[in-house]
Amino acid sequence: MFIEYDPAVYSRILTALTLSFHILFATIGVGVPLMIALAEWTGIRKNDPHYILLARRWARGFVVTVAVGVVTGTAIGLQLSLLWPDFMQLAGQAISLPLFMETFAFFVEAIFLGIYLYTWDRFTNPVKHLLLLMPVVIGAASSAFFITTVNAFMNAPQGFEIIGNTLVDISPLTAMFNPAVPTKTAHVLITCYLASALILAMIGALRIIRGETHVYHKKALHLTMTAAFVFSISTVLIGDLSGKYLAHYQPEKLAAAEWHFESTAHAPLLLGGVLLENGEVRYALELPYALSILAHGRPDAHVTGLDRFPEEDIAPLWIHYLFDVMVGSGVYLLFISALYLLYFWKFPGKLYHRALMKGIIISGPLAMLAVEAGWIFTEVGRQPWILYQVMRTTEGATTAYHVDAVLYLFTGLYAVLGATAGIVLWRMFTHNPVDREIFKRGL
Amino acid sequence: MNYEIIGIGILWLFLYGYLLAASVDFGAGFFHFYNKATKKSAEIDQLIQRYLSPVWEVTNVFLVFFFIGLVGFFPATAYYFGTVLLIPVSITIVLLAVRGSYYAFNTYGSKENLLYSFFYGTAGLFIPASLMVILAISEGGFLQFSNGTIELLYHDLLTSWLPWSLVSLAMVSVLFISSSFLAFYSWKAAEEKAYRLFRKYTLFLAFPVMLASLFVVFAISRHSSLRFQILEDLSWIFMFSFFFFCGAVFLTWKRRKPGLAFVCVMTQYFTAWFGYGASHLPYLLYPHLTIYDGVVNDSMAFALLLAFAGGMVLLIPSLLLLMRLFLFDTEYVQGKKQ
Ligand code: HDD
Ligand code: HEM
Ligand code: HEM
Repeated sequence: MFIEYDPAVYSRILTALTLSFHILFATIGVGVPLMIALAEWTGIRKNDPHYILLARRWARGFVVTVAVGVVTGTAIGLQLSLLWPDFMQLAGQAISLPLFMETFAFFVEAIFLGIYLYTWDRFTNPVKHLLLLMPVVIGAASSAFFITTVNAFMNAPQGFEIIGNTLVDISPLTAMFNPAVPTKTAHVLITCYLASALILAMIGALRIIRGETHVYHKKALHLTMTAAFVFSISTVLIGDLSGKYLAHYQPEKLAAAEWHFESTAHAPLLLGGVLLENGEVRYALELPYALSILAHGRPDAHVTGLDRFPEEDIAPLWIHYLFDVMVGSGVYLLFISALYLLYFWKFPGKLYHRALMKGIIISGPLAMLAVEAGWIFTEVGRQPWILYQVMRTTEGATTAYHVDAVLYLFTGLYAVLGATAGIVLWRMFTHNPVDREIFKRGL
Repeated sequence: MNYEIIGIGILWLFLYGYLLAASVDFGAGFFHFYNKATKKSAEIDQLIQRYLSPVWEVTNVFLVFFFIGLVGFFPATAYYFGTVLLIPVSITIVLLAVRGSYYAFNTYGSKENLLYSFFYGTAGLFIPASLMVILAISEGGFLQFSNGTIELLYHDLLTSWLPWSLVSLAMVSVLFISSSFLAFYSWKAAEEKAYRLFRKYTLFLAFPVMLASLFVVFAISRHSSLRFQILEDLSWIFMFSFFFFCGAVFLTWKRRKPGLAFVCVMTQYFTAWFGYGASHLPYLLYPHLTIYDGVVNDSMAFALLLAFAGGMVLLIPSLLLLMRLFLFDTEYVQGKKQ
């Protein structure tokens, strides 16, 4: 390619690559322990060995994804310093506390995961074994919480004063508990749970659609879909609050996502559409008042538009589509889980209808897509800032040579890791069918 | 004491933790592959797996703790990460990634795969080596400053004795630490055959460890006479280290107290590690960066130490529980519990 070598560009691509790969596994890492706990607890409560087996089998697949999560997490942890040295040097003065606390969360998570996996039959009281999973659930949630506070800080930095090139009057706790934290951490956590529940539901639906009829799969599907319903309602509610956060603290991000050029009251929400050269929007579905409601909770509210911001401070407008993908998925996921429950209560005879199973199967990948879209939306939407209104992304990047070579190296690495993980998981799925294991264990 | 010293002390301690745990881990991974490739014995294999399986992720966190803590306590180091260490650290990351994930693919996947164990067995051996190259860079002399940028002088680095001596020491130490641990572990498991094998490995590796240590001393003396001087002043610490090394070899030779022998190995590396660390201070990166000019502001340093204290309250009991269940539980070690 004939573009001039710019380390900042390559750093951005590499960061985006590593993070979007890591987030797939991290999402599972945060969400699946909770689902395992739910299954094991149900099994103990109902004295039903099927649920215990469910927990066991999920845990087995889970370790494989954890491993990739751990190694890619290690990569991003180092790359933050490798690729964004000036950012880390400056921001580190104010925000290294949650990053450091995250490592303790990792410790607890890793230690108890090791214990949990190898103590299935060691206790006479099964509750003890379940209790060993609690530190994993809490540790994973806290690591997501801590890392998200760092990301929140990048969006709403506070807790310091800037004099020249240095930060003074630093207050680590104020920096950590910045205004973006409540909505961001809540939304990230709940979407991890939602996506994990749906990935597991996908597995159950896949088994059923392949003609496996054991009640085990039905129990698995019911557990995960019920959980998904609860999580998807919460996701949409918290997503709405995230919109209100944006309207208040980063109005240009919301405006860019919504192609909201002029500040007005009674603002409509645009879905899809294309943006013409002259700034005109075509083919979009317009929901009247919806943007005002999303931003401020009132149909007549005044929503700040892009006209209030200098051009160089505005993010690329294609984030609109990412926002649409995320919100669209959110609505679909809520719909499909509600539909499942409706059939479960009203038409149990048609519950395992192929169309419904297919709808559930695609909801797994769709949830992951929404997670990716959400992250890219929020990261690109923050541009041109790496630290909102404090430091521009290009100022934070490394000046080293060979970032391009490193990018190719990691692209290759993730391709190989992703492919092997896929193969290994697929083999686990196909080679050890539930029926055989149920028979072997005499359930 | 001040924040700088406490901070670097904590980090160095955790890096020692990593050195120990990772050596056992990486060495075991290598022996596992080697035994499988040469079709030695299945029991030895199982023994290794029984130890490795629950702990490898914990081992990794020690390293994560170190580098997150390093940029936390000493944010100025980030600048050097982003300039000169890009390539060496990236290589380390790739090795870590291959090692961790292929270990899991092999162990938890539906069946074992010789290619996977080759990947993680050899990657594990090269991780300490690549980390040692980074340590060698921190000794100074391999960086060039010109019009506002710094560059790593690859040619100087690769033609110096220093990195190679450290790499050779790291590689033999990994195998030595690991085999002496596994000797102890198999003795606890009452696996006579495995014990004999790992005892043999330990004794066989003792001599190369000696040789590589001397090689490092020689390389440092060539690299910088000032640096050598400082090491000489601290030679009493290294005497201790040598003493414990002899103790470990003696006990292993006599087939006495394998547990104590491993404690000797631990102490040997502990003393050498802190002796080396002390001789490196106050520089983080000689001569450009010291712990005093790289340190974070006071309020953050205080917050980090507080978080550390809180973290230890969680960490120590959890680690003890892990060890009680998998290391000191004779029945588990002997494979009577799955
Ligand atoms: C399963 C995934 C998923 C789903 C269904 C949704 N989101 Fe989301 N969203 C995320 C996954 C996600 C995320 C990956 O977790 C993000 C990216 C960064 C973050 O803070 O959370 C996010 C960010 C994010 C932001 C940006 C916050 C910021 O930049 O600070 C807003 C405004 C919303 N979401 C709003 C919504 C709304 C109104 C939804 C309702 C339908 C919705 N999201 C569904
Ligand atoms: C885990 C999910 C995340 C994903 C998928 C993600 C995605 C991205 C993407 C796509 C970019 C490039 C933006 C651009 O070039 O326009 C980026 C940049 C960046 N992200 Fe995020 N991000 C995630 C979370 C985080 C978190 C939690 C942090 C903080 C610790 C973070 C720190 C950064 C930094 C430092 C950059 C470089 C500066 C920039 O381009 O904005 N990211 N990320
Ligand atoms: C919000 C986005 C993120 C979430 C929810 C998240 C969550 C997790 C989780 C749960 C793990 C444990 C591995 C697993 O169970 O799969 C993990 C690993 C890791 N993550 Fe992320 N992560 C995110 C982004 C990041 C970023 C931006 C960094 C860089 C600072 C990072 C650093 C790490 C590290 C170093 C590990 C490995 C820890 C170990 O050795 O156990 N993560 N992450």
